Amino acid sequence: MTPGNILGTVKAYRVHLILKGFAPAMTKSELILKLAEMNPHLYQSHAEQIVDTIFEEITKALATGSRVELRGFGAFSVKQRKSRLGRNPRTGETVQVEDKKVPFFKIGKKMHERLNGIASDGKDDE
Amino acid sequence: MTTNHTITRADLSQAVYEQVGLSRNESADLVETVLEEVCRALERGEMVKISSFGTFQVRSKRQRIGRNPKTGEEVPILPRRVLTFRASNVLKERINHKEAAE
Repeated sequence: MTPGNILGTVKAYRVHLILKGFAPAMTKSELILKLAEMNPHLYQSHAEQIVDTIFEEITKALATGSRVELRGFGAFSVKQRKSRLGRNPRTGETVQVEDKKVPFFKIGKKMHERLNGIASDGKDDE
Repeated sequence: MTTNHTITRADLSQAVYEQVGLSRNESADLVETVLEEVCRALERGEMVKISSFGTFQVRSKRQRIGRNPKTGEEVPILPRRVLTFRASNVLKERINHKEAAE
């Protein structure tokens, strides 16, 4: 088996796991544990407050219609969706779908480069 | 729908500084650490699930043939990894101000 073959098999297996819903995942509680581990002088409750505050601030900003831009990671914004006539897929019945706002995330340039193994030129002009 | 100020890392650090009571410098470093750990997990191909916020997931796209819309020329779009974010219902409801009794 050539190295290319092995890599292909590994990749196929990963894809299989993801499709099966077994993709390894990092949860908020794991993120908190990790933060506490990396900063032994912090109380666990502080680590928890820090992570909660970050996502709460992003949520609050989006709820007021603000954009959140985190260079090197990406940007969150809110998009407006117009009301429309939808259909209940089970009954086929027509229903009015009200206009609504939906959160949207766009990956940053640097993060895209990191995911795709492109060496960064140090600039980050998202 | 009033503020149109863009929130950045500095705002997140300020919030951590006010709410947790650590120094400004340390608050900024910790915000950075959290974001960096999220990025690292995604780089490893892990999903990142933040309850009541949403899920980040890296997906691999296969190569496909695209077209330059201006010239009509066919160009291959190389295989690449993209990042998707799926907002949780809690986040969607808060954005639409439909907060259920908490």
